[in-house]
Amino acid sequence: MEVLVAFGFKVYFPENHSALIGARKIADDYIPVANAVGYSPEICSYLTSDIGAYLRNETPLKDAYGVSSIPKPDVLAVNTNQCRDLYEWFSFFGRRFDAPVFSIHPPKYLDEVEEHHVDDVAVQYEDMIARLEKMTGERLDEAKLKEAVALSLEATELWKGFLDTAVHVPSPLTFFDGTIHMAPIVVMRGLQIAVDYYKQLKAEMDERLENGIAAVDDERFRIYWEGMPVWGRLRKLSEQFVDLRACLVASTYCNSWIFDDMMPDDPIRSMALAYTKVFVNRSEPAKERYILDEIKRFKADGIIFHDARTCPANSNASYGMPARMMEDHGIPTLTLDGDLNDLRCWSDEQATTNIEAFIEQLEER
Amino acid sequence: MFAGIDVGASATKCMIVDESKNEVASAVRRTGMSLRKVADEVYKEALSGAGLEPDGIKVVATGFGRKNVDFADSIRTEISCHCKGCYHHFPRALTIVDIGGQDTKLIRTNVEGKIIDFKMNRKCAAGTGAFLEEIARRMDVPLEEMNGLALSSEREIEIGSYCTVFTATEILSKIREGEKQKDIVRAVFGSVIKRIQEMNPLIGDVVLTGGVVAHNEILFDLLEEALGREVLKPPKPQFTGAFGAALYAMM
Repeated sequence: MEVLVAFGFKVYFPENHSALIGARKIADDYIPVANAVGYSPEICSYLTSDIGAYLRNETPLKDAYGVSSIPKPDVLAVNTNQCRDLYEWFSFFGRRFDAPVFSIHPPKYLDEVEEHHVDDVAVQYEDMIARLEKMTGERLDEAKLKEAVALSLEATELWKGFLDTAVHVPSPLTFFDGTIHMAPIVVMRGLQIAVDYYKQLKAEMDERLENGIAAVDDERFRIYWEGMPVWGRLRKLSEQFVDLRACLVASTYCNSWIFDDMMPDDPIRSMALAYTKVFVNRSEPAKERYILDEIKRFKADGIIFHDARTCPANSNASYGMPARMMEDHGIPTLTLDGDLNDLRCWSDEQATTNIEAFIEQLEER
Repeated sequence: MFAGIDVGASATKCMIVDESKNEVASAVRRTGMSLRKVADEVYKEALSGAGLEPDGIKVVATGFGRKNVDFADSIRTEISCHCKGCYHHFPRALTIVDIGGQDTKLIRTNVEGKIIDFKMNRKCAAGTGAFLEEIARRMDVPLEEMNGLALSSEREIEIGSYCTVFTATEILSKIREGEKQKDIVRAVFGSVIKRIQEMNPLIGDVVLTGGVVAHNEILFDLLEEALGREVLKPPKPQFTGAFGAALYAMM
């Protein structure tokens, strides 16, 4: 992102478009369209939603902003620190628009991020920059890159500050607020607008803290959400938790956009570190340590794992973690089967009962 | 007096208990389309069976239709109710397996009867009552004859598929291979047991409960065979949820 900003590109994020499709509950119109041209229903439903919408020549951006279609890219840039599907997705558009796809592939499943990992990714950044210079015929303006990294760092620290207000009991925000307010930190990093947005938001949270305003009236339980949001069920789930007087205080998902290793004085290496260090890219023990720290910090009573059918990369219930959290650390866990966008993988009935029973379990502890 | 009403996906159960937690009356009906109505009917049937009036009786509703029972004083999920009901009969750490019409639940409790964790089958019918109903229909065997047929089986065969539709296909190939109906039916029950074993480790004392096991006692035999130890059976397994709800009504 910061590199593209420094080159003066306008950046468009297909991931955000997919989340929008999910939240509008229209993903199930588009996923089958992508399935039909060979993209499996078992792969990322962000990918299938977005490609399906493109093939149908439809976008929710039309209603929201009067934008009739997604923009034609000059270049596609992708970092596979989250998953391989992203690369395949961008490659689809690369073929469609006859645009180059420049990619960074960090080493994966890292327990600790070591110097040589950072070296590897920094070289890939330099290579991407060289390609962009060749393509645009312009040299990278290092001052602009430093500025973009500085703005990213500032926005990310404000974003962290916003999320961390939930450490307070009762919490002034929920995970659902986080999913709504995360858009700027995802798509506007490196830009002043993200900084301005989070300054305002952080101030509002501080005001809520000062006045003792809780996100969930009479908060009884504090729960950590692990995994993707179920975009088409944000309202339904948030209302259920309010009714149960339980607050989803924190999530790995929202925290994944905290990149506080960025250093404006060493932009490339610090980006390499920050983007390689992301939770999704880490080993199972590293993830476990991270979640345990967060549980403690946010004083959470339990964890809800969302096992998203089409997002194994960002679902952490598949390698025994819920059982270890419970057996080794005594933390109550619940696993919900579902999906980020594909609501055919989600059962309202089962989810409602599971969540209700989990709260009953916490009540009787 | 205290009443529990369990509006399940297939059947709606009501149990009324006295202050000593002894059953006074019970009733069961097919759930059908009107949840409010069937809840009212089983409740009235149980009341008249015991010669009681509804005044002063506390009611707790459970099951998937719990929120439709508008005359209930409160609601509780079937997970908590099965746990409460089983613990009353077997007051120790338990692994409870409730095979219901639409879902199978596995609940683990500690020695105090508190839930440690629970799991529900994924969004799939395999291993549930719905699975058995579908297979019975496909095999043209009345549902109530499945248990007897399986008990008469003399040959062990295996059905390995994960899903109801694939199981039906697998059964077709067994029929083609000349396998007997009774052996296939037993294998179908065996596949229910396998699905359960995949859900969670069945540690310690295992209780089987729910309507499906009440009508198909072979499931106790098959699970005991698989685990190599005794499986606990509550009195009236179909009513465990309703009984647990009645115990909650007492609290």
